[in-house]
Amino acid sequence: MLDRVTSSPTIDNHLASAGGADFADITRNDDTLRRFLHGLPGVDQVGAEARAASLGTRSIKTTAKAWAIDLAIRMVDLTTLEGQDTPGKVRALSAKAMHPDPADPTCPATAAVCVYPDMVAVAKQTLGTSGVHVAAVATAFPSGRAALDIKLADTEDAVQAGADEIDMVIDRGAFLSGRYKQVYDEIVAVREACGPAHLKVIFETGELQTYDNVRRASWLAMMAGGHFIKTSTGKVQPAATLPVTLVMLEAVRDFREQTGQQIGVKPAGGIKTTKDAIKYLVMVNEIAGDDWLDPDWFRFGASTLLNDLLMQRTKLTTGVYSGPDYFTLD
Amino acid sequence: MSPTARVDVRKTYKLYVGGQFPRSESGHSYVVDDARGKFVANAALASRKDARDAVQAARAAFGGWSGKTAYNRSQILYRVAEVMEDRRPQFVEALRQSEGLTPTQAGKALDTSIDRLVWYAGWADKITQVTGNANPVAGPFFNISTPEPTGVVAVVAPQQSSLLGLISVVAPVVVTGNTAIVLASPERPLPAVTFSEVLATSDMPGGVVNILTGKLSNTAPTLAAHMDVNGLDLTGYAGDAEQSRLLEEAAADNLKRVLRAPDTEPDWSLDPGLERMTTFLETKTVWHPIGV
Repeated sequence: MLDRVTSSPTIDNHLASAGGADFADITRNDDTLRRFLHGLPGVDQVGAEARAASLGTRSIKTTAKAWAIDLAIRMVDLTTLEGQDTPGKVRALSAKAMHPDPADPTCPATAAVCVYPDMVAVAKQTLGTSGVHVAAVATAFPSGRAALDIKLADTEDAVQAGADEIDMVIDRGAFLSGRYKQVYDEIVAVREACGPAHLKVIFETGELQTYDNVRRASWLAMMAGGHFIKTSTGKVQPAATLPVTLVMLEAVRDFREQTGQQIGVKPAGGIKTTKDAIKYLVMVNEIAGDDWLDPDWFRFGASTLLNDLLMQRTKLTTGVYSGPDYFTLD
Repeated sequence: MSPTARVDVRKTYKLYVGGQFPRSESGHSYVVDDARGKFVANAALASRKDARDAVQAARAAFGGWSGKTAYNRSQILYRVAEVMEDRRPQFVEALRQSEGLTPTQAGKALDTSIDRLVWYAGWADKITQVTGNANPVAGPFFNISTPEPTGVVAVVAPQQSSLLGLISVVAPVVVTGNTAIVLASPERPLPAVTFSEVLATSDMPGGVVNILTGKLSNTAPTLAAHMDVNGLDLTGYAGDAEQSRLLEEAAADNLKRVLRAPDTEPDWSLDPGLERMTTFLETKTVWHPIGV
């Protein structure tokens, strides 16, 4: 097998000319940021889509499939982000996150539950010391249209309630109109407000229009100190797609080559079947490398995906196709 | 220049799943011969995964189909009968090839089949009156029992009677609101394939009837054990006590309703009775206080 392609020489040169791996020069103001972000090599749209499609054709069967399903379950951020969420629903979801298949004790727990900030306390109470994290969406999710102090208060509120992870949205309006410094400063400020909690930065790639913008947003968020970069809120179509995630995986790979710092990736929204999830895992392995095949570095933002993973898991253990009647509705 | 002979269009028929005509997921097909052993066409050889996809399609269609009014369901089945009438030459040809009938016999078999479909269509809004009831109870309650469809039903169609037999097992299942996965006769699949073309061009929503062709051993055990299938009609296993016993055992896991395989294939020209409809119905009983 060929050695994995390392980050392109273009990015090396580009970073060197922009001041090396120290980003202080790059992030000084809008002009320096624009020069850097617009100087990133463009994404070959046709190439990225073709590569994502070809990776999706790999056949993963039997023991490899069983391993992939269990890994995918451990990577799920079990999500409920509805206006109609109740404490009861969050409790039920948290119980499911700890024991996705009550009939099978060998079934692993999910990585986290993902809720609105006001539900964090409820989730935390149910999850206790189970090791399942609580992620909260903050900063005026999903639109991100609020003043900075309100976004920070939103974040602090969630952290105080016990959130282990904060999913923030970037200001797409500012990003698209080229006010990169404002986006950068916001991420830095939210990161500070997070304290010990991990920060995931949501781009809402469905609103960013181009893969070039996805690459730029990825670098911007990584330079600003996000622990994870995340595709979407799940409220805008299209949500996560394979090519978008591919561009982001290339970005975290290149970033680690340059800085030694590893950043996680979280596609969210629209991943509904085991087949989809396994396609993503193949891509993670091929693009970023197997260091990322871990719930600490790759997550799925999903709700219906978990049931399909459980049904496929049951199929592998019992040899009989299962049905939705045997798993909780959510 | 001598006129060249016209090249035949050799057909490879496909499956009918969820209102679409997919090839088998396996990519396999098999040769279908006519009653005299002469090649007629290729048909798709359905696999275990095609059966799984068909269950998904049938489950997805169940809500909409069972939620339609009985009147509406009967209208849709009448419409299917009309379209069958329009396809008369194609059905006659398929019956001649599959069952070796003369044109007259084939035409008669088609007439009986269409009549059978119309007969069942009429039952859509009558079966509730016959099998439902207002029960007398010792208290101030209305107590009402009504039949409801069982859900997704896997039907092994008869081996010999490829059209009349097929209609006689599919119509009673779907007329009451169930959705069906039908395993066509492996030796005689052509009338079933033509029937799927009729369904696709009538008002029948996709997924209500899904038709798989190919070896029963590829698909029947999967369907019998599938936890999201609610009923199993083993008519096509007539005379094969051993196989049908195994399938019944597999079906017991989630307590499927099972219509057992008869000793010999029934005479389909006889009055069908209600059993094929009532087997795949559940009785719901509600207690309602008598208002003050």
